Amino acid sequence: MTTNSTPLTARRVLDELKKCGITHIIWLPDSEAVFMYEAMISQHELTLVPICREGEAIAIAAGLMLGGKEPVVLHQNTGFFESGDSIRGLALNLRLPLLLLIGYRGWRRDAPMTDSAGIFTEPILDAWGIKHYLVETDQDVPIISRGYREAHESNNPVAILIGKEYA
Amino acid sequence: MMESLEAQKVISRHRGDAIVVATMTANAEWSQVSTNPGLDLMHTGSMGKASSIGLGLALAQPNKKVIVLDGDGSLLMNLGSLVTIANMAPPNLIHFVFENNVYRTTGGQPIPGAGKLGFMGLARYAGYTNVHEFEDLESLKNNIETVMNQVGPTFVCIKVPPATERSPFPSVSTTKIISRFRAALQRSSH
Repeated sequence: MTTNSTPLTARRVLDELKKCGITHIIWLPDSEAVFMYEAMISQHELTLVPICREGEAIAIAAGLMLGGKEPVVLHQNTGFFESGDSIRGLALNLRLPLLLLIGYRGWRRDAPMTDSAGIFTEPILDAWGIKHYLVETDQDVPIISRGYREAHESNNPVAILIGKEYA
Repeated sequence: MMESLEAQKVISRHRGDAIVVATMTANAEWSQVSTNPGLDLMHTGSMGKASSIGLGLALAQPNKKVIVLDGDGSLLMNLGSLVTIANMAPPNLIHFVFENNVYRTTGGQPIPGAGKLGFMGLARYAGYTNVHEFEDLESLKNNIETVMNQVGPTFVCIKVPPATERSPFPSVSTTKIISRFRAALQRSSH
């Protein structure tokens, strides 16, 4: 984060998702993304789909997309690991242009990663050929639209890593 | 108990233009009885996620019925989906589970809790609007019309005998099934 940047705000993230035409947010609360909770429940344009465990999210997203909707999945990198086989068997095998918003647990700018969740996140995304971008500030938010566009151009999931913990 | 193929014939007769999401054992038998294969989404290898795919489709297509043909072992892999589905409460979702108490696709090993577990009770206390359990074909036949026309989400446990012969995986590739499905859905929505 530079001195001129402002911390990531929920309103900016939601506005960007609406701009992309997103219809549903499938989510489970995590430390990085929970700052969006109040803003998500106080709006009605995007339907929230709360889940019990992250592996469900990709399958629900697959159903929504096959039915013509535009969901995003919002959960932590630990949840991304948990949903691994659904990402492989559904998002990757079916070539779904799904945007994954992933809370980047373990990420600290300029600090060494000590949490293995942080250490393994990008190598696993790379191994699966899933492009990923870091979003830390309001100035970074247009990257979400870029990720959405690239997902649709490539028919492949794209991950947005949210580097904001306990804010 | 009833043979699952016979039960699926009954469901097929009352299916209309509903979307059907089938997984594992149900895949092979449903393809023998389906009269609208374009709107069938046969899927294997998603670790019990047929109910979640069905939920997504039911939310996306509120004017269409969505039928899920699930297995007991598959549902055990994704039990939380019962709560997620009940919470979203799609009125157009009918979730069938074929309870044979074994993992048929791997040769008939018992599922955890076989004979102790009550799937209808799990669905009821997860919050499904309607729950049913059928042990014989006659009672399924007598009640299928009610089941299909209730405001859901509706859960139906069908008791079938344990099977040990492995059911074949679908011969059509998943990507072909998906593109056929998308085209059929588009046609049926107009």
